[in-house]
Amino acid sequence: MSEVTTPVDVHAAQVKKFKLQDLLFHQVTLVFAFIVLAALAGILISLAIEAMPVLKAFGPGFLWTNVWNVPEDQYGALSAIYGTVVTSIIALIIAVPVSFGIALFLTETCPVWLRRPLGTAIELLAGVPSIIYGIWGLFVFAPLFAKHVQPHLQAALGDVPVIGGWFAGPPIGIGILTAGIVLSLMVIPFVASVMRDVFETVPPPLKESAYGVGCTTWEVVTNVVLPYTRVGVIGGIMLGLGRALGETMAVTFVIGNANRIVGSLFAPGTSIASTLANEFGEADPGLHISALFALGLVLFIITFIVLAISQWLIKRGVAKQGK
Amino acid sequence: MNATKRVCLSLTSLAAALAFSANALAADITGAGATFPYAVYTKWAEAYKGATGNQVNYQGIGSSGGVKQIKAKTVDFGGTDAPVKEEELDAMKMVQVPTVMGGVTIVMNVPGIESGKLKLDGATAADMFRGAITKWNDPAIAKLNPGVKLPDLAVTVAHRSDGSGTTYAFSHYLAKQSMAFKRDVGAGNTVNWPANGVGGKGNPGVAANVQKIAGAIGYVDIADAMKNKMNFVALKNKAGNYIVPNQDAVADAAAGANFKVKGMAPDLLDQSHKNAWPITSATYILAYEKGADAARQKGVVDFFTWSLNNGQKMAEDLGFVPLPASVVKMVEAEMKNIK
Repeated sequence: MSEVTTPVDVHAAQVKKFKLQDLLFHQVTLVFAFIVLAALAGILISLAIEAMPVLKAFGPGFLWTNVWNVPEDQYGALSAIYGTVVTSIIALIIAVPVSFGIALFLTETCPVWLRRPLGTAIELLAGVPSIIYGIWGLFVFAPLFAKHVQPHLQAALGDVPVIGGWFAGPPIGIGILTAGIVLSLMVIPFVASVMRDVFETVPPPLKESAYGVGCTTWEVVTNVVLPYTRVGVIGGIMLGLGRALGETMAVTFVIGNANRIVGSLFAPGTSIASTLANEFGEADPGLHISALFALGLVLFIITFIVLAISQWLIKRGVAKQGK
Repeated sequence: MNATKRVCLSLTSLAAALAFSANALAADITGAGATFPYAVYTKWAEAYKGATGNQVNYQGIGSSGGVKQIKAKTVDFGGTDAPVKEEELDAMKMVQVPTVMGGVTIVMNVPGIESGKLKLDGATAADMFRGAITKWNDPAIAKLNPGVKLPDLAVTVAHRSDGSGTTYAFSHYLAKQSMAFKRDVGAGNTVNWPANGVGGKGNPGVAANVQKIAGAIGYVDIADAMKNKMNFVALKNKAGNYIVPNQDAVADAAAGANFKVKGMAPDLLDQSHKNAWPITSATYILAYEKGADAARQKGVVDFFTWSLNNGQKMAEDLGFVPLPASVVKMVEAEMKNIK
């Protein structure tokens, strides 16, 4: 730029001013962006510091020990990790196909007049506070589930080897499976609305030409829409998974809050977030508090792993798309 | 003359108003701690404000939180269900007094058995709550209940999932009744419940679980049990009588206890009075002997002195049990040390 000599110098002052403004703007936004990083690092560091006593006392075994005995100060994270992962998997197993169906219906086969009201309804569901899902789960869903679903599940599947064990125990309505189902309801609006949005990005000419050569709707979806939107769909599912992993209040209400692993999905369990919600208020100073911070750290790491996997899947998806 | 008089008058009234508001400001106090007495403290605070114009704020953040906050000197008084030990009170130079009492009751949901018709003693209850008795028709229960038709139903233990003073009182009672309970489950704000347990958040959470699950047995405050019209268990007390929980039985438990100890926290569990409810506990407040702000210290004493003398009926209506008159006198004497 410097070799270009401007004949008139009248704008120089203004250019200088703009340069300064640009620089200032750049610096200010940089600071804002840096605040996020600093907050993240701060959270991670303070979690690690507070978790140190427990990590020192139990070592890495904290991660795979199945004991949570507050009176005797024995802590292990396995039961909470198990509950968190299993409820999230159940939630995704239910939520992904349902959301997929919702998004497909809305973008491909829904009458135009119904699109807006249905789409808004789904977005409204996403805005319902999680405590409402928890209360509904405890007072409405759990009793119905205990009375009308669990006995039938037990009768139908109770004698099947392996799977039968998942449905053993008294049908009390609250437990791991109920928490997974309530979570799936909370996750569906998120996954469905992301999926709908990405399905809508498929250029109409692509779809129309497929219909033009005589494809059925299903063929269009599997051969045109899905390959085109793979990355976005994965992103939507991961968003749902992230919400399921960290959900606190609704899970606290319906999971049964028992710090142990029972093989059955009917049995009460606990998740990392619900253990924190339950025990932080009255935790005794010392190892108990430290163990709760360590659980927080574990949840942080699990979320990080999920994010890393989704980034990897998305990268792979993008690479495939190029071919 | 007249004008001067008027100016004088308005000046005095202004001064009086200023003095009054300064006084009111100085006496605004804050407390934090146990959630169990939250309802009665806020009720008292409201009435106290109406009577004196002074504001009292109480935050129900939990007993451990209350002790932490008073240690950090962020509040004027801390509330706790689990009394602080004498040595610690001495070390911290703090005064601890009881304010109000309550009871924990065992509730059940057994189809066909009405409230108060099932009898349990401490040892049998402990075996149920540690997961050793898993069926309602267990011989140990049948032995205590001749003539009651007990169903072949699995026992589900409904317990608190959050750390709680209710759990503190209940687990200490059962640990006194059974060494096995003390070993397997322990005693404290959060304990190690058995595999057939279901945790609910707060007293309402436990109440909801008991009402929803057939075969459930749980424990809640008497106030919550009455509010939710739950089915009680008649519990055998130290004198050998089966007692149905109510406020009189809690008051009887306090009648026999000796409050003349530092910290004023005698063990109210399993008292020997013939009508005493076995699982009785009190809730306490903590304040420093010498606070940084004398006016606020006085505010704490004034508030609780007023409440203990004027708030019995309010406490009773909320399901709490007021301290006996003799104990109120002792509390007033002890609070003289808060300066």
